[in-house]
Amino acid sequence: MTIGLGHYLSVAAILFTLGILGIFLNRKNVIVILMSIELILLAVNINLVAFSTHIGDIMGQVFALLVLTVAAAEAAIGLAILVVYFRNRGSIAVEDINLMKG
Amino acid sequence: MIIPALFFYLFAGVCIAAAFMVIAAKNPVHSVLYLILAFVNAAGLFVMMGAEFLAMILIVVYVGAVAVLFLFVVMMLDVDFAELRQGFLQYLPVGALVGAIFLAELLLVVGAWVIGPGVPQTIAAPIPTGVNNTEAIGRVLYTQYVYYFQAAAVVLLVAMIGAIVLTLRHKTGVKRQDIGEQVARTKATAIEIVNVKPGQGLGA
Repeated sequence: MTIGLGHYLSVAAILFTLGILGIFLNRKNVIVILMSIELILLAVNINLVAFSTHIGDIMGQVFALLVLTVAAAEAAIGLAILVVYFRNRGSIAVEDINLMKG
Repeated sequence: MIIPALFFYLFAGVCIAAAFMVIAAKNPVHSVLYLILAFVNAAGLFVMMGAEFLAMILIVVYVGAVAVLFLFVVMMLDVDFAELRQGFLQYLPVGALVGAIFLAELLLVVGAWVIGPGVPQTIAAPIPTGVNNTEAIGRVLYTQYVYYFQAAAVVLLVAMIGAIVLTLRHKTGVKRQDIGEQVARTKATAIEIVNVKPGQGLGA
């Protein structure tokens, strides 16, 4: 049996769903929410690369590189915000992040 | 023919299991370690697809930088993670419902998908034959898509400056270099001329 595009798309779909499920389940833990976002971006990357190699267009891989860059930047900024927030409040629970409500 | 299939199912299975453990592990440190496992197996999938460069970049960037960053932050924050797990099962029904609907939709799309006949004519940068993957990416990334490359550099620069600005702390009572003050020194502020009478000294 040969492994085709559909197999890779299925893996990416399952990974994407697991990422969304992680955001729902860990409603209080911001760190795991950030990790779930990383999983979602990984699934997107798998999709991009799968289509790129299947139809023979290298643009998909270039774009996956950009997604990787954005994911790294997002993780750095998110974790920096998390550290500053923890310094100020002593907690990282999502329910406590309501200072902007006034 | 059976070997690629075997490796695909190995990488895909471990990747999905690790991704599940990321969201289900009790300890966030374990979550980060499972995240690393998921990324390494995704890199294996990339190699199988023929995108070796991205596979290596995935390991370098994600495992080497992002996952270590997560690990540092998780270990740095002194948080009672057991308390954060409260209400985990409370969100399970709605989360499972949304996840199931989403997965069903995605798999329906995957199952019913077909590539249009016009797609081969619209390929922006066909993969050249006879060169390896890294060279093929380099040939288009630095010529045709150089502005995307520059934009990625700007994104990283903004992220770097943002992270530094957010986490930099100015403690009080620490003597720091103040270049403006140092440059603005004049003779009047720097030295004091005291008229000392002979034989008396400075002693008050």
